Amino acid sequence: MRFGVVRFPGSCDETDALLACRRFGEAEIVWHRERDLHGLDAVVLPGGFSYGDYLRVGAIARFSPIMRAIVEFARVGGPVLGICNGFQVLCEARLLPGALLPNTGLRFLCRQVDVRVANADTSFTRACGRGERLSLPVKHGAGRFYAPDEVLDAMEANGQIALRYADGHNPNGSARDAAGVTNEAGNVLGLMPHPEHATDPLTGSTDGGRLFASAVEQIAEGTAVAA
Amino acid sequence: MSGASTVEHSTLRHRELGLTDPEYERIVDRLGREPNDVELAVFSLMWSEHCGYKHSRRLLGRLPTEGEHVVMGPGENAGAVDVGDGLAVAFKVESHNHPSAVEPFQGAATGVGGILRDVFAIGARPIAVLDSLRFGELDSARSRYLMNGAVAGIGHYGNSIGVATVGGEILFGEPYESNCLVNAMCVGIAPSERLVRSAAAGVGNLVVLLGALTGRDGIGGASVLASAELGEESASKRPSVQIGDPFEEKKLLECCLELLDRGLLASLQDLGAAGLSSSASEMASKGGVGIDLDVACVPRREPGMEAFEVMVSESQERMLCVVEPARLDAVRAVCDEWDVGATAIGAVTDTRRLRVLEEGEPVGDMPVEALIDDCPLYDLAPQRPVSPVYAAPRARLEAGTALGETLLALLRSENIASKRWAYEQYDGLVGSRTVRRSGSADAAVLHLTHDGTSGAIAVSIDGNGRRVACDPYVGAAEAVLECARNLACVGAEPLGLTNCLNFGNPEKDHIAWQLERAVAGLADACRALGVPVVGGNVSLYNEGGGGPIYPTPIVGMVGRVPDPTSVPESAFVEEGHAVALIGPFRPALAGSELDALRGRLVNGLPEVELKAQARALDAARAAVRSGQLATAHDVSDGGLACALGECCVAGGIGARVDLAGLVRRLAEGGAPRTAETALFGEGPGGVVIAGPGEAIARLAADDDGSDRRVILGETGGDTLVIETGSTARLDIEVAAAREAFERGVADHFS
Repeated sequence: MRFGVVRFPGSCDETDALLACRRFGEAEIVWHRERDLHGLDAVVLPGGFSYGDYLRVGAIARFSPIMRAIVEFARVGGPVLGICNGFQVLCEARLLPGALLPNTGLRFLCRQVDVRVANADTSFTRACGRGERLSLPVKHGAGRFYAPDEVLDAMEANGQIALRYADGHNPNGSARDAAGVTNEAGNVLGLMPHPEHATDPLTGSTDGGRLFASAVEQIAEGTAVAA
Repeated sequence: MSGASTVEHSTLRHRELGLTDPEYERIVDRLGREPNDVELAVFSLMWSEHCGYKHSRRLLGRLPTEGEHVVMGPGENAGAVDVGDGLAVAFKVESHNHPSAVEPFQGAATGVGGILRDVFAIGARPIAVLDSLRFGELDSARSRYLMNGAVAGIGHYGNSIGVATVGGEILFGEPYESNCLVNAMCVGIAPSERLVRSAAAGVGNLVVLLGALTGRDGIGGASVLASAELGEESASKRPSVQIGDPFEEKKLLECCLELLDRGLLASLQDLGAAGLSSSASEMASKGGVGIDLDVACVPRREPGMEAFEVMVSESQERMLCVVEPARLDAVRAVCDEWDVGATAIGAVTDTRRLRVLEEGEPVGDMPVEALIDDCPLYDLAPQRPVSPVYAAPRARLEAGTALGETLLALLRSENIASKRWAYEQYDGLVGSRTVRRSGSADAAVLHLTHDGTSGAIAVSIDGNGRRVACDPYVGAAEAVLECARNLACVGAEPLGLTNCLNFGNPEKDHIAWQLERAVAGLADACRALGVPVVGGNVSLYNEGGGGPIYPTPIVGMVGRVPDPTSVPESAFVEEGHAVALIGPFRPALAGSELDALRGRLVNGLPEVELKAQARALDAARAAVRSGQLATAHDVSDGGLACALGECCVAGGIGARVDLAGLVRRLAEGGAPRTAETALFGEGPGGVVIAGPGEAIARLAADDDGSDRRVILGETGGDTLVIETGSTARLDIEVAAAREAFERGVADHFS
């Protein structure tokens, strides 16, 4: 099992993601100028401020050379996890529906929140139980998930809002308490909370490990299509 | 050339640049001629208080700087200590007060950017930032504006560059109303062999400018803003404040560390105050060499810049390095990969002169020694003030308020209330090293290596200007003790100390006295604890319209935590735990937060016995390192009742404790108002601990008969009840305490 963690200029949590992945498999950094994923089994787009998040969060990174390979990898079913800025990049790249707007409080927020697993049948939640609560940290200034109501209705009907903030835990005003959403096929997950910061008992909870374990389980079963 | 005629001949431009007539004459004397515009601009900055430390350098010589763990001491971009396993930890605190008072967001942001560069300039990867902030009282709109901007600016820079902001402190007081303080401390980690010094070496080597383009921003910042009092016209100095770009610095940081990893640089120096002038002359001075710079080679952000503007620009996100000519292509290749600018702008010479060229033509030529070593140094004329320097704070609490109400008022007061509103705006987690976050322990605790094999470090930053105003010597010593006590609460022994001395105008006798006494207090406390000072910064002339700030020495420390898995929290974590106090703790109301709430500011604080305090720290550290404690929290602002209240609030668990013993001892010592003093009195030495009954009993039994370890009571229930042995009894609900503590600051911003 080989994870690849993409490093854009301005990525901040790529080392954290790499460490988290290595608790569950092999992992390596993929420089944004690469054009080939070289047979990786899963891809992580990490948190940070790619390209300074100038123009609009995630808007420049989606044009990075590596993104073309990632779009193709996702199209054929490869597991892609976008965390925080990675989620923003996935929305900009149209791999995920919706967009991420500034928090309703208009401030950056770093705090531990609870999320509930609303769909335990995606590439990154299959090791969780439906309804299970996970304690994960958030840290972002633009994490308010938005999509038009009809899109949200369709997403809910299709189980694409895979993770929801628990009651009273929505830190940013996200529509329908969406903390993490998937594409229709369920192999691409973007979420604002940071599972990579929840894999070491010494630095917080270990609940985030379930997401990485899910991808490992899926690859082991060979249900994903390798790029 | 006689001095008098010199001044006559000049246009008096030097005065506008902050140089005195005798200083100007000294420049003429060292050059053997009148300086031209370029040279005058360079001298005015190099001889400013900010760069030259001309009013403080002699005093700073009193601080102890040697210790067995010191790898780099004062004089380098940052200090560094050995933490074992081939690793060094670099750290430094620096002020960005005046820029923040003029433009809080950018001022604070570039303060963080500057201190980060100091740390990666010596080859260390920044892993943590801590901030010490001071503002006027929060019912002032201006104070809220400054705090709002400074906190957002710190978050903007630190979050965007991916360095965790793990701790800090914010205090308020009327004297900071127009002159806020923004001190930022950065902590970095490096393999010891990668540490690099800034001395330029190798005649013929190239001087290469890395990073952002050079513009007109920040011109004269060091002299115009940082070395004079703030006045009515300060808003017009807003263009002198630099603009930060954390994305540029993130690339620069990664690029510099990669260049050092590959061994491509002979030396490295950041560009801070006074820009190229200061960086080049300091590198040349340390290397005993000269440097030629051609300003025409410097990539510009805007056209038409004069040579002097290029030399003194404080554009951010730039570094200067020395490179062997054969390695220039390799350096460029790494910089290209990171999209970082790299331009050879000069060379190392054997002239010991800083020569400024423009397209090859000399436009400035100064001996490096004149710029660095000949900076005039002034003796202070300290004079103990005969009348109070500061007005007493406004009274907010009536005498005779019930004990429970008093505790709630203290927990709600802006100095004690939770700073969650601020620290939630900081990413405290990036880097995956943060074992103890803001608000969960007295000091931040960070892993050294991710595989957990090299233990951890603890970091804290502390100072209490109001107490220093009451007594500069004792207040400064207490800052060292409190910082060390915060470290002790997580089991860490301090390895080194950095400080930032924030004071008013040292040319005034009473400010000089504060400075002199405070440095004496710092020096004695450092010696008593055996902690060396490895670097720091001085910020003088902190005076707004209303007079000087409280004298505010800020102390930052780094200590080693052998076992991060057994670090206690600052919360009560379980019902039925025994609660005890490690001392000696001799509280007094003089200079306390309660005194301030009642509108009092005393002259003089009780003496501190430094040897006893050092032993108390050893005892607290040993107790924590026993691995038996669930809770450890130091007693500071608001006294023992506030410390206990904070433990209850953080854990959501009440406690029942009895302070009759402490009250009795206070009575025997002749203290007045003993119950109040026991509850709310302040003074160094106290640590509240809690844990399983047998473990706490064992620790208490080790007491040698003095008042060092006293069992106070037990955790449990929904209320905090404190008996004082008489009819006076404090009894409040934890929920009410939480409400007061959590809303005291936050409500000002809702």
